[in-house]
Parts: sequence; structure tokens; C-alpha cells
Amino acid sequence: MSKPHDISHRDYTGAKLGMWLFLFTEFFLFFGPVLLYAVFRFRYPHAFIDASLKLDAGVGALNTVILLTSSLCMALAITAMQRGRKGLTLFLLALTVTLGSFFLVNKYFEWGAKFAHGLYPGGEALAGNADGTAIFYGLYFFTTGLHGLHVLAGMAIIIGAALMVHEGRINSTDFVKLENTGLYWHLVDVVWIFLFPVFYLVR
Amino acid sequence: MAADNTRGIREGYLASEPGKGFIASWLLTTDHKRIGILYLFSILSFFLVGVVFGLLMRLELISRGPTIMEAHTYNAFFTLHGVIMLFLFIIPVVPSIFGNFLLPIMIGARDVAFPRLNLLSWYFYMAGALLALTTLIIGPADTGWTFYAPYSLRTGSSVSLAVFSVFVLGISSILTGLNFVVTVHRLRAPGMTWFRLPLFVWSLYATAWIQIIATPILGVNLLLVMAERFFGIGVFDPAKGGDPILYQHLFWIYSHPAVYIMVLPAMGAVSEIVPVFARRVIFGYKAIAYSSIGIAAVGSLVWGHHMFVSGFSYTAAVYFSLFTFFVAIPSAIKVYNWVGTLYKGSIVMDTPFYFVLAFIFLFSIGGLSGLILGALSVNVHLHDTYFVVAHFHYIKFGGAGFGMLAALHYWFPKISGRMYNKRVANFALVFLFIGFNTLYFPMFILGYEGMPRRYFDYLPQYVLWQHVSIVGSWILGASIFTMIGNLLVAAFRGAAAPMNPWGARTLEWQVSSPPPKENFETIPEVTRGPYDFREGA
Repeated sequence: MSKPHDISHRDYTGAKLGMWLFLFTEFFLFFGPVLLYAVFRFRYPHAFIDASLKLDAGVGALNTVILLTSSLCMALAITAMQRGRKGLTLFLLALTVTLGSFFLVNKYFEWGAKFAHGLYPGGEALAGNADGTAIFYGLYFFTTGLHGLHVLAGMAIIIGAALMVHEGRINSTDFVKLENTGLYWHLVDVVWIFLFPVFYLVR
Repeated sequence: MAADNTRGIREGYLASEPGKGFIASWLLTTDHKRIGILYLFSILSFFLVGVVFGLLMRLELISRGPTIMEAHTYNAFFTLHGVIMLFLFIIPVVPSIFGNFLLPIMIGARDVAFPRLNLLSWYFYMAGALLALTTLIIGPADTGWTFYAPYSLRTGSSVSLAVFSVFVLGISSILTGLNFVVTVHRLRAPGMTWFRLPLFVWSLYATAWIQIIATPILGVNLLLVMAERFFGIGVFDPAKGGDPILYQHLFWIYSHPAVYIMVLPAMGAVSEIVPVFARRVIFGYKAIAYSSIGIAAVGSLVWGHHMFVSGFSYTAAVYFSLFTFFVAIPSAIKVYNWVGTLYKGSIVMDTPFYFVLAFIFLFSIGGLSGLILGALSVNVHLHDTYFVVAHFHYIKFGGAGFGMLAALHYWFPKISGRMYNKRVANFALVFLFIGFNTLYFPMFILGYEGMPRRYFDYLPQYVLWQHVSIVGSWILGASIFTMIGNLLVAAFRGAAAPMNPWGARTLEWQVSSPPPKENFETIPEVTRGPYDFREGA
């Protein structure tokens, strides 16, 4: 493996290494609230199960399928780029972003239903509650909200990458930026794969 | 005189760039050396602001009761002093200034792995710094730099903006760490094996890993504080079933390792300077390199020692106390190896070396007083007293700060291409050393006698040592301004510095002063270790 001494030279391994380190920091960012979840679940087991039962596991499962499919599209887009099929790449990237927006639309309705029942921090259903239910919803909104922001950021990054594909700055010989975009999107996916069972399924 | 001095100085990377305005050539630069200079000026400016806050806090204590400010203002001052000194100064100072400037040259590279990301880090730093200073105008936070819940959730001061500024500074810190790790892995020159790396690079590498691993935990903790303040999510609020102790855990999981982010790079600089002025190979190269990693690893497991009286289990307290004692082992390995290097060396007494001697002395006091605080029973008595304040100033200022000043005086001729007035520097150092000990040593006594930290008033029995300490703060302040003034004069009017004024063997001294824009005409082939002082080596 040759070493990249000239800074104008492209260092794929270096770019990938940097991206992976960045993904580690993102992972640790979500580690904080999940750690808090573990502590409070241990402290308030019944309140957490009751509150979890009120979440709509069906919508959660649908969103999981949507995100997994979008990750598949992303992976296919990278392969398409490697084979030089620019049009197909752009189509698949558009599909990825569309699926990401479906996820957010579902989230909007899901959150909206909780708000309608007063199940939000400071909402009437949780006012004065100190048995752990308020904490569950506090963590739920914080963590899924933080994840939602990452979905938004991921979509913006994919759109940016699509523009670079369109301009030819990402092409079949130089596609590490697209690969890193894909890695970021997979991270968004993987985080959800953890959050879904933690909040919706674990009884 | 000035005109004569200027002659013979090669402008190197400082030369103006054709087709680029002066401002653009700095603010849009991707040259790691210029970015290092951007950090140098911004970080040292904020440092002086922090010094002024510190001096004013000391001055307030010159008589009992309100003297020059009210209690609330005093709270705001110690908060801002802490935020500025920790997040704006001592965490970034050595990695961002000297790491940026020297790391690529020391490993034989032309730049860091991601030059544009490097510039972005500086912009994140400046954004965070300006946000932190904005709180000064709109009602500064009064929580202390630790932002402990539940007070930080309820106070009317601008805590949200302050924690957001720290979050932004954290992004800058992460990106710098990430850049350094990739640079060390990917851009070492041919023959620059891991065990030929200068020890400064090893310490930056260990630091970079702590920055990457620990900072996100602090980041999300601060986001949780903001979510608490804006939406009341309740996790830290006992009224909603939350637990403020969890805030302390998440805070110290980052902020204790952050102590090593502060001190490791300074130790790395000391490990460079000691062999150069002893004119012999460093004693225990591998021991020093591994002890950096050891400090990074063990230092990540001791955060609970900040919480011995917060009310957590005795089992946890015993565990954290034990590991706190373990951290002393790699730290002491370093100190013994530095002293061992001096033994039978051909010691050359010169300005950077005096700084290093002061560093070793002060850091040893800081480290030993840390062991006193790490003992559970003693900690109950000394917790949150001036003893703690004295301890961490000996570590952070006497250790990291003096190490940084040593680095500044060691690499100044390389960075600026000019030599400072050594007599002034030596005098400033002597007075800084006297002022430092006069300022902080009485705090050990005050703390032992029970003076709590962060109080703006005190009982009559503390008058004597408070006054000694205040006089020390004036000596210290005057010597800092003298020292920095001396360097500023030298930066513009100093005599030309030779390529290698100290006779060092690491790569940065084998290029001109200041270094050329591309660092090396051809990438060097490394055939020997960094501390090989044999003739002809």
C-alpha cells in the first residue's frame, strides 16, 4: 500500500478512517441518553413498561422498514456509481432521500398523536408526574428528536452528494465522498435499529 | 537596528501569497502552520481575558464583604474564568497551536490529513469562543464552569447559551483530534516508524483519542441541559423523578479525561525539551510513550473521584479512589524518566529548560496533592475547599500552563524565525514562579483550614493567607504580561533565529526558521530515532 505524501493525492484509506472516527463520536453522542435510559429503567421498571406500551410499535416497525430500505438504496447507489451508471445513481439517491422524508412524516404523525394526548414534557398528562413516566417521554422525545435531526442532516448530505454526482465531482474513479455519505446514512439507520427496540419493544 | 534584524530572515510560510489579500491569506488558509498561528493569537487573547477575570476575583477578596463587586458578579466571574481558562485556553492550547504547527513537520508530512477540516475547526473554535463571550453581555452564567444540575436548570442567567458555546467548542476539539489521529496513521514519512515518532507526537496521539471518545458524552450532556431548560424533559430534575447526580456522572466522564487532554500534550512538549537540553537520548522512550496511552486509558476510569460527597455507593467510591491512585503510576513514570534523562547528561542551561524545571517542580506538587484528595477519608474534609483549587491550579497552570510556556519558548524561534530576549524571558519566569507559589500555595493552607471555594467572602481567621495570595496574583499577573510582551516584541523586532538554535534532532529543526510553505522540498527519509545526539548521527 503506497503512502500518501503529496497532499493533492487522494488518500481513500485516510478519508475512510476519518469518517469512521467521526461515526464513533456520533455513536457516543447517542450512548449518553441510552445510558440514562438504562439507569432510569432500572429505577422505574413498571412506569417504563407502561409508557412503552403506549408507543405505537406498528408505526415504529414501519419506520424501521423504511430506513432499512433507504439504506439498501444508498448501498445500491454506491455500487451503481462504481460501475459508472450516473443516471441510476441519481435515481437511487433520490429514492433514499424520499424514504428518509417518509420516515420523518411518520415521525411527525406519531409525535403529533402523543402531543394530542398531552404526553410531552410539560404536557397535561405528565404534569406533576414523578413516577418515571415523565422521564420515559422526556428521553423518548430527546433521543428520537436527536435522531430525527440526524435524519435531516443525512438527507441534506445526500442531496449535496447527488449534486456532486451531477457535476461529475463524484464519479466512477473518485467516489469516496459518496461512500462516506453512505456510511453516515447507515449510521443514522443503525442508531434507529437500537432506538426502536429500546423504546418500543423491550418489555 | 530593526532593519538589520529583519535582514537574513527567510519568510517561509509567512511570505505573502501572490494573488491573495492579506486577510484572505490568513482567514482562508489551509496551511497547518498558518492555522496554528490563528490559534496562537486567538487562544492567547482569550487567555489574557481569563487572567484579568482571575485577578479581579482575587482583588475582590482583599477585604471582607463586597469590595469591588457584588456576590452575584463574583459568581459570574468565577464561571467565566473557568469556562475561558478550561474550554478556550488550556484544552485547545497545546494541540491546536503547537500540534497544528509541528505535528505534520515532526512526522515528515506536508500538512495534516484534512487541511480544510482543520480550518473549519478554527471557525468552530472562534464561534464557540464568541458565543461564550456574548453571555458576558446578556447576563453571564453563574453556575461555575461545571454547570451542575439542578441549579443550572433553574437559574435565570444565560446558561443555555454558555453550554451551547461549550458544545460548539467540543466540535472543534473532536475535529482536531480526528484530524491528528488520521494524520499520524497515514502521513508518516518513509522510515518514520511508530517508535521513531517524537514523544510530543505520541502525546498528541493519545490526547486525540481522548478528544474523540470523551467529548461527545459531554456534548450530549450539554444538549440535555438545554433540553431541560427549554422543554423540561426531566432527566436531571428531581421534581419530575430525574436525578441530578446523573448529570455529574456524564459531566465528569468527559471532564476528568479532559484534564489529561490538558496535561498530556504539555508533558509531550517537556519530553521533547528535556533530552535536547541534556544532550542525550531520552531515558525510557517506550515507557514514556506507553505511559501516555496508560494515562489516557486509566484516566478515563476515575471520574467518580469528583463525586465522593455527592452521595453514591461506597463500593463505587472505593473503586474510583483506587483507580485514582493508579493514575499516579504512569504520571510518575514520566517524571522519573525526565529526571533519569538529566542524570549524567551534558546539561545546557537555557530558557526553555528553566521552564521545564519549573514545570517538573510544580507538576509534582500538583500530582502529590492529588493523591491526598484521592484518599476517601481526607477527601470528605477537603472537598470543595481551597485545597482543591490549589491542587488543580498546580496541575493545570503549574503543569499544563508551564509546559505550554516551555513549548512556546522552545518553538518560538522556529515558528516566528526570530529569537526573543532571553534575559527578559528568564526574569519573567523567575517572577512567574514566585508569583505562582505565592498565589496558590496559601490556598492549600486555607483549604486545609476549611475555606470553601467559590465564596466571595470569608471569616477573619483567613485574612492573612488571603492577602498573601492576592499579592501573589499581582506578581503573577505582571510576569505573564511581561512574558507575552517580550514575545510580541520579538515576533516583530527580534533578531533572526538560526535553523536549529537548541541543537535538537527532531525533523522540525532540520527545516528553515520559519519553515517553508511546503515544509520539505522532498519528503525526508527517516533513518534514526528522534533523540540521537551522537556526533555525525
